Amino acid sequence: MKKVLPYLLLIPTFIVISLFIYWPAIYSLRLSFYRISPLGNRMVFVGLKNFKRLFENPEYLYSIRITLVYVLASLILTIFLAFFIALLLNMNLPGSRIYRALIFTPYAISPAIAGVLWSFLLNPVVGHVNYILSKLFGLQVEWLTTKPYALIAVIIATVWKTLPFDIIFYLAGLQDIPQELIEASMVEGASAWTRTWRIVFPLLSPITFYLIIMNLVSFMFSSFAIIDVTTKGGPGNFTTTMIYRLYLDAFAFQKTGPAAAQSVVLFVIMAVVTVFYFKFGERRVHYQ
Amino acid sequence: MKKKRSIVVLYEIILIAITVIMALPLFLAITISFQRPEAVFSYPPKFFPTSFHWKNYVEAFQYVPLARLFLNSLIVASMITLGKLITGTLAGFAFSHFNFKGKRIMFALLFATLFLPAETVMILPLFLIMKSFGWVNTYWALTVPFMASATNTFLMRQHFLTIPRELQDAALIDGASYIQYFWKILIPLSKHMLAGASIINFVYAWNMYLWPLIVTMQDEMKTVQIGVKMLMQAESANNWGVIMAGTVVALIPTVTMFLALQNLFVKSLVRSGMKG
Repeated sequence: MKKVLPYLLLIPTFIVISLFIYWPAIYSLRLSFYRISPLGNRMVFVGLKNFKRLFENPEYLYSIRITLVYVLASLILTIFLAFFIALLLNMNLPGSRIYRALIFTPYAISPAIAGVLWSFLLNPVVGHVNYILSKLFGLQVEWLTTKPYALIAVIIATVWKTLPFDIIFYLAGLQDIPQELIEASMVEGASAWTRTWRIVFPLLSPITFYLIIMNLVSFMFSSFAIIDVTTKGGPGNFTTTMIYRLYLDAFAFQKTGPAAAQSVVLFVIMAVVTVFYFKFGERRVHYQ
Repeated sequence: MKKKRSIVVLYEIILIAITVIMALPLFLAITISFQRPEAVFSYPPKFFPTSFHWKNYVEAFQYVPLARLFLNSLIVASMITLGKLITGTLAGFAFSHFNFKGKRIMFALLFATLFLPAETVMILPLFLIMKSFGWVNTYWALTVPFMASATNTFLMRQHFLTIPRELQDAALIDGASYIQYFWKILIPLSKHMLAGASIINFVYAWNMYLWPLIVTMQDEMKTVQIGVKMLMQAESANNWGVIMAGTVVALIPTVTMFLALQNLFVKSLVRSGMKG
């Protein structure tokens, strides 16, 4: 019994991951070498041509660039804001418990709904953001339909949605650092800034590393919902990220071969991230 | 050390400002959902409710089959959660209590899936596979592919490792089988962990978007997340009161769950992220 039991226990998990993760991955690789008719009934082997075409296609190259800008901007903003807010929450000022509960709520809100909420707030006619901007600075911005504001809008929604996740982890990390150290570096006059960045932030670097990886993955993919609801990849192709491009090519234009090649590209990017994570985050990931 | 008063006040003000910005979208969604159409378009825009126009909710349920979509989301999120708990506890038990041939390889194979989110990276091939299964437009396609995950397995494994080995030895000496030990001792000792994992998984499944969008064509098989987008595109195009009513309905389960069980939630989340 003891010999067979562990395998029996693992069967359900392995059925699911082999059927729905490993098989699609291999299938995708295979498809990427073929040209396939829109109805899927004829397949011609074309070798690496799909990839060659992909990297010659300005639309695709553009989607890589916009993904880079979007991911990097969101990442930097989220990490630094989350760290700063976590520091404030960790000081246990009066009302912290309530602030904490309210600040965390966007975690439970989906990316799609984050998109809806910000579509409303940034709406030029009824939205509150433009009202405040015009009162304060006399500005009127067409957020979702003009460059570069459409991308900024997507980044705002993304950062707002992701902040709570990062704050939760930074708070957990801060609680392991002696409180006096943080207070000293926060409150004590002029050198507070440097001490925060020289002592506290480096102490939390394993958490920062973990968050960078997790945010990267989430920005690469869950950005889809936010973009689909707010800008639909527009204006033009302006906010069409790699995952949105893949969606359009696969499901709107039925370009199966090129879309499969795009899946493989994403797959390779994720493999690189995974190796990177293993190599540099290993100390923190206790396995075996 | 004494804190300087003025600095504390400054921090407090900043913190309140941040709280307002983070909570405002949700607050306004609720406000707008009860606002009359004229009030939504009034200038300056209103920050506080001026009416209790519950008809927006009635209309939201008329424009899209919101009740059905809500039920779908409930079914899908519950099934995925249950599936993940079952596969995760079983696999976690195997990895924490047994030594067997191929353990390392199997562990690595599972670990690699952490970075291959099926509902995004694999959408196209997964969709074609679902088509060949004849699963498009069914609950099967919406749930089964997500019923196992590395995160859940590792979370349960870590937790099982913290339970004293003597308990197992004692149970086995008393004549219990491994299955009895698992079911009667290990699982009851893991209630908190299971509860935390349930909420995390439920929120995750409830919030899925891209996959349900692709794999469901008939309106009655879609989920609330897609319903909200349908509302935005429906005739009510700029009727934000109705859109927000749908939005509020879509976020009630996860947000109330989160607010009610925040501590448990936060603890489990951190534990699942920092195994060990």
